[in-house]
Amino acid sequence: MEYEAVIGLETHVQLKTQSKMWCGCANTFGSPPNTNVCPVCLGMPGVLPVANEEALRLTVLTGLLLNCEIPARAKFDRKNYFYPDVAKNYQITQYDQPSTRGGHVDFEFQGGMARVRITRAHLEEDVGKNNHFDRNSGVDFNRAGVPLLEIVSEPDLTSADMAYEYLNALKDILVYGGISDCDMEKGMVRCDVNVSVRPKGGTGLGAKIEIKNMNSFSGVRRALTYEIPRQIEVLQGGGTLIQSTRRWDDAGGITEEMRTKEHAHDYRYFPEPDLMPFEPTPEWLAAVKSRMVELPLARKQRFMKTYELPAGDAEVFKNDVPLGHYFETAAQGAANPKAVANWVINNLRARLAETQAREIAEQESLGLERSDMTFTGLSDLKFPPQALRDLVGLVENQTLSSSAAQQVFVEMFETGKAPADIVQEKGLAQVSDTGALEALCDEAIAANPGPAADYRSGKLAALNRIKGHVMKLSQGKANPGLVGEILERKLRA
Amino acid sequence: MLNTLTISETTARLQRREISAREVLAACLDQVRRVDSKLHAFLALDEPDALAQAEAADKRIAAGEQGPLLGVPIALKDVIAVRHQRLSCGSRILENFVSPYDATVTGKLRAAGAVIFGRLNMDEFAMGSSTENSAFGPSRNPWDRERIPGGSSGGSAVAVAADQCIAALGSDTGGSIRQPAALCGCVGLKPTYGRVSRYGLVAYASSLDQIGPFAKRVRDAAVLLGAISGYDPKDSTSVAQPVPDYSAALTGSLRGLRLGLPREYFAAGGLDPQVKAAVDAAVDKLRELGAEPVEISLPHTDYAVATYYIIATAEASANLARFDGVRYGLRVDGKDPIELYGNTRGQGFGDEVKRRIILGTYVLSSGYYDAYYLRAQKVRTLIRRDFLKAFETVDAIVTPATPTVAFRLGEKSQDPLQMYLSDIFTLSCNLAGICGLSLPCGFTRSPKLPIGLQLLGRPFGEETLLRVAHTYEQATGWHVQKPALD
Amino acid sequence: MAGAHMDVTDVAHLARIRLTPAEEQTLGRQLDQILDYMEQLKGLDVSGVEPTAHPFPLVNVMRPDEARPSLSQDEALRNAPAPANGLFMVPKIVE
Repeated sequence: MEYEAVIGLETHVQLKTQSKMWCGCANTFGSPPNTNVCPVCLGMPGVLPVANEEALRLTVLTGLLLNCEIPARAKFDRKNYFYPDVAKNYQITQYDQPSTRGGHVDFEFQGGMARVRITRAHLEEDVGKNNHFDRNSGVDFNRAGVPLLEIVSEPDLTSADMAYEYLNALKDILVYGGISDCDMEKGMVRCDVNVSVRPKGGTGLGAKIEIKNMNSFSGVRRALTYEIPRQIEVLQGGGTLIQSTRRWDDAGGITEEMRTKEHAHDYRYFPEPDLMPFEPTPEWLAAVKSRMVELPLARKQRFMKTYELPAGDAEVFKNDVPLGHYFETAAQGAANPKAVANWVINNLRARLAETQAREIAEQESLGLERSDMTFTGLSDLKFPPQALRDLVGLVENQTLSSSAAQQVFVEMFETGKAPADIVQEKGLAQVSDTGALEALCDEAIAANPGPAADYRSGKLAALNRIKGHVMKLSQGKANPGLVGEILERKLRA
Repeated sequence: MLNTLTISETTARLQRREISAREVLAACLDQVRRVDSKLHAFLALDEPDALAQAEAADKRIAAGEQGPLLGVPIALKDVIAVRHQRLSCGSRILENFVSPYDATVTGKLRAAGAVIFGRLNMDEFAMGSSTENSAFGPSRNPWDRERIPGGSSGGSAVAVAADQCIAALGSDTGGSIRQPAALCGCVGLKPTYGRVSRYGLVAYASSLDQIGPFAKRVRDAAVLLGAISGYDPKDSTSVAQPVPDYSAALTGSLRGLRLGLPREYFAAGGLDPQVKAAVDAAVDKLRELGAEPVEISLPHTDYAVATYYIIATAEASANLARFDGVRYGLRVDGKDPIELYGNTRGQGFGDEVKRRIILGTYVLSSGYYDAYYLRAQKVRTLIRRDFLKAFETVDAIVTPATPTVAFRLGEKSQDPLQMYLSDIFTLSCNLAGICGLSLPCGFTRSPKLPIGLQLLGRPFGEETLLRVAHTYEQATGWHVQKPALD
Repeated sequence: MAGAHMDVTDVAHLARIRLTPAEEQTLGRQLDQILDYMEQLKGLDVSGVEPTAHPFPLVNVMRPDEARPSLSQDEALRNAPAPANGLFMVPKIVE
């Protein structure tokens, strides 16, 4: 019998706020242990939580970006379980009245489009971090109380690759919306995977198996690549699967059972008496809505349509939002946006990268830490985006040859002067005067008897050699198209 | 004997420079030394810190400063956080815990110039009605040391009744201020839920807990309430209701006030005839003073005990989960964290706390939530509605504070249900979130033990309660009677 | 007894309280008695009644997203039973 996988994901994402969810401790990563803590996030006796408004805004914003409904009322609940990294031995979360529910994410998959429905995105608090040693463990509560969004998908995913692409699409949306930095290295995104298998085409669900605490998307993909065949094998071997929780051993490349349903937790959820419910007002919602951004996929599709960019270029601008903004400004009123995109991606981006590499090297030699360094970015450029459009225009109307345009660009980058002024100053305007070009062509043919003979004998590629000579003689200013025409005419004569 | 002064007498004499804050504190400390070995109201006392505060208050007075509590020694129940003081909550599990922060009320008392001294005994984590559940031994009733002072804020009631301080703060979740105040013969006020910040009050049942004053006089309770009330951004459940001048409400007039007498309270089985007689007499007195008593009904009264013990214990089971031996407090080791938790909590908590945590865990657990917790929350709605409906026709409600006077130590400690049922008159006030006050309204003959009158008021109706209580107090002499302590 | 019954061992474990056999017996008896008393609530008609979670209804209580100073590591660990290297130590966690 053939089987298919049914996969749902619970994705936990740390929100990008200044302070923690219930207290004023800084929401930062990498501090010495237990230095971003206070009586509230340490669960000291007598303390009370107060909800961080920005975290609620980001939650609702996420809901809007994931096409969710925003219920008129949301509340917090206590989820009770004892664990050393849970300061209060309960976690404050949204159980039956979350801030958002019922949305979906569309993403590109295997050359087409896929949709995963979102059950809900709810707000809760992160827990501390356990450090394990040979004989004991130690808890750092710096992370405890950091606002955490849990995004629960419907079991709409059918393969390891699809799960991987969904996670990347989700991450793109969250980064776009300014919801989270989604820095995997810093543990800002973690995943619980629910996976079961069933006879292909079936509608029922098999025993749900949960793989906890995945901290990378590729890990999710690897775990599923292992787990799905494992489950199928058990069933095909006549065995049965029971609802259970498993752990992914990344080094071993296997999943292992942690506990079965009989040992499932009884979380004893009940409404958090220390926090009041939320009923977003129309004004509050409008303010959050004003922070909505265009989704990455929509943006990519718009770039392809509006500017007629190839998918590759549009992808670059989807992944590098500021660069995309820059392109859009530069492309305003441009006759050939595709050419502008080429310049932004191939010249501007490369030049910036070079500059930044040099700046890093310089500052490293001064002993600066990476976090204290400053680099030239898009906003530090000496010329406005319109200047790039003008430069492309000069090439397009054949005022500049592309090699001369490179020189102009370097000058723009260094001085911020307008392209037309640079062309003027340096006399870089393309020579299209036929008389002058005829003379240069004659000179070049005379200097290249070999290639001239080759061309005449039918090796058409030999023309480039002579053409290059003309360009050299003209110091790059000759109109290459015109030169080609003149040479062809002269050599055929 | 400066320790016997009221707040108003103390501040008046301090302002006239007849006495110093240092002297008032010294008198209180002397009294503690004299009587506390017999009464055990205090769990801890930081004398140098208290003296430093008194000296600071004297400087402020000398500089011409005035304040409603400037230089007044006030003792706190050991469940309210004071920075760098112990905060044991009457429990072994927090025996050596030192608070790194001030409760909001502590900050407000400091701002008002109070001299905060002493940690007062209590039932462990405020769970109890007798102070017998303190891990550090019971407090004793100053009127009869073989009897309980009530609880859970027993230490606060004893310290005020025995003049070991000028006034005190306690907390009330189901009667823990009003019941011991009644049994010890002082004034105790449970404010409306949300009136006083709970930040820094170690939580027993979050939706029921309030901090409130213990005082020798109604006027003192008004002053102290004014000092600790108000919205607190650190407590999401505190209410941004303006704080009135509570002393100004003490007009002495009851004309036109309708007082409700709930028939379910007066007909309750187990109501001691002497208590009933004293409360009946108090009602007559109130009528004489111009109020109009009318019979009312609070039909869901009989359900209050069951409702309370489900909601309170459920919340407590989560609130007390943090005492696990990891970050602070007692630790009894184990081979793994689960064993460590079980050992620490098994040995760190007393019987009543264990009983309530287990009960609360049960009523929230899978399969029982709807039958117990959710149902209790709905009955809570009905109880609250009873009160709000009653307040459509009356300005305040008058009841006995307790069914009996102080019982003997050990009398009910083996029968938790009987102990719970003794809170029958005070629990509903917390479930409804309204305010309540108890004050002396007489004594039994032999032995001579105080009887308390309870007044219940509308949400944020503390002024009415204080006005009724003050008018009654001024027309009677109960409040000037003192226990013989030798 | 025909009335309510709680498996005290189980619930105590859920609450992470280790009871002695004697405690289990006494507590079990007392708790069953209390649960029996609570049966009276089941006789009350609560259909259509909204539950009360907070006695005073407020909504949208929030604080601005502003960072404030934290405790020092020393202060954070001052009450810790087993501090080491800035961490709260516990027996080895194995799940």
